[in-house]
Amino acid sequence: MIRQNVQPDALPDFRNLGVIARIVIGAHLLALGAVVYAEPAWSAMLEHYVRSAVLLEPVLLGSLVVLYFGSDSLARMPYWTGCVAVLALVVALAALAHAYFEPGAAASTPRALALAAIVTIVLLGYLRLNVRAYSPALAEARLQALQARIRPHFLFNSLNAVLSLMRRDPQRAERTLEDLADLFRELMAEGTRFVRLADEISLLERYAAIEQLRLGDRMRIAWELDEAPSDALVPPMVLQPLLENAVHHGVEPATQTSDIMVRIGRRGDRVQARIENPFHANAPAQKGNRMALENIRERLRLFFDAEATLVSKVEDGRYRVDIEIPYRSGGVGAENARGAPG
Amino acid sequence: MSELRVFIADDEAPARDRLKALLADIAAELPTRVVGEARNGIEVMEAFPASGAQVLLLDVAMPGMSGLEAARHLARLPAAPAVVFVTAHDEHAVEAFELNALDYLMKPVRASRLAAALRKASSAGAPGLERLERAGKAGREYFSVAERSRIVLVPVNEVIYLKAELKYVTLRTRAGEHVVEEPLVALEREFAERFVRIHRNCLVARAAIRGFERSGGTTEEPSWSVVLDGLEARLPVSRRMWPVVKELVAERRE
Repeated sequence: MIRQNVQPDALPDFRNLGVIARIVIGAHLLALGAVVYAEPAWSAMLEHYVRSAVLLEPVLLGSLVVLYFGSDSLARMPYWTGCVAVLALVVALAALAHAYFEPGAAASTPRALALAAIVTIVLLGYLRLNVRAYSPALAEARLQALQARIRPHFLFNSLNAVLSLMRRDPQRAERTLEDLADLFRELMAEGTRFVRLADEISLLERYAAIEQLRLGDRMRIAWELDEAPSDALVPPMVLQPLLENAVHHGVEPATQTSDIMVRIGRRGDRVQARIENPFHANAPAQKGNRMALENIRERLRLFFDAEATLVSKVEDGRYRVDIEIPYRSGGVGAENARGAPG
Repeated sequence: MSELRVFIADDEAPARDRLKALLADIAAELPTRVVGEARNGIEVMEAFPASGAQVLLLDVAMPGMSGLEAARHLARLPAAPAVVFVTAHDEHAVEAFELNALDYLMKPVRASRLAAALRKASSAGAPGLERLERAGKAGREYFSVAERSRIVLVPVNEVIYLKAELKYVTLRTRAGEHVVEEPLVALEREFAERFVRIHRNCLVARAAIRGFERSGGTTEEPSWSVVLDGLEARLPVSRRMWPVVKELVAERRE
């Protein structure tokens, strides 16, 4: 089920100022490079460059003007056809310019045309990379790569717990498998769309029910959700990994009962969530915890840029993670992720 | 065929239940009796020696003390048990079991595999201490002294110094002394991060060093002693070790 994340290639928008600037600067840099390469004497270089500019500028400006107005029809063509069209346009303009400005030098025409073609191809290649680097598809792919992964340890232990229930309490076994299915459905989703906080909370509760089955009276969770704005839109699977961390680092290493607190509320236009667990200084695998936090932080950044915060600290023997995101209420339809810059 | 006496150690109640159910399922071909259960490594240490179990089904990831460490302590018992490790998902542990020919089962456990593992383990007997030590890369958190029917645990972080005396090593804690039968060299290697050698026969907990005191010698070549946190005794630093120990103090000041 590998989704090939290949965005169809597209020509850039030739009306975009950034694209025009890239083309102008790129073409001049290439021309300069060619002159530096061809002219061994520094003193003669400027003159050589000016001479080549006589040809370069009209072709460049002409091409840009045609591309500016032809951008729409180019965008409708398949990518490679569009490239050929651009190439043909530039070469034709170069031939015209060469014939007009250097009428006596027919011998150098093929060289000038070849140069124009090479510059065009290099610039098209560069723009293609540029389009790819800033495509929203990439932001989506990054979000997917960052999508929380559940610990395999949790999956196998949960299955084991369900197996132990099969004979004794088949109904509870069924419920637990349903919870597991919901959890994994969310985990395997693409994770690029906002979800309603109410749904995220119910997922948290399903996850907690499975852990409760496994850990029994070793774990106590205090839920403070009265002020949670259930209509708020939140990125998916941001809270669950935090609760999973709390269980893994706060409950599993302890031999006595451990208390976890989950508090979600709203203050003004901010949604705040706090998850707290006992801190065990000598428990191993703090590195895994840091990585999980970094992962969530990165996802919050992709969703909210600088508008979300994630802070973790140890206080009075408790490990605490606080998240704040902007409150946006959402009806039925969920919005897309904000996507990458540009 | 007589019943095989089995001890089950797992921190999750459902996992213990499941193992018991499976043992009941295979009872016809392999009669067993569960003679003890534990929810963490410490409980294993407390309950196992008196249980008379022949085989231990031991979860690897338990609070308090890991399964691998528990197995290492139990291996010092006069009647050391055969051990079958049980793990949900731990690639490192599984690799270590494979490398050192230790028996293990993956959760969820299948009845047929359980029967095969129990049969194999009970005929092969206790795994050697050496194999367990090689499998357990992480240092222990406890020293253990095995007595006839009990294991005394001494937390590594309570030990202030270790002193070699003839065949034994004496562990000194704030509360008292314990004797273990392990070579000082091996202990030095296992706990290199925690203890530093100050003398041919002595390792000191780095954290317990409060300072140094000149204890005589000539002016050109003074001799030094370690001043300890919480203990009156002074420990002599040998000439040979002094440069190393001195470095350590300098590091701490930085």
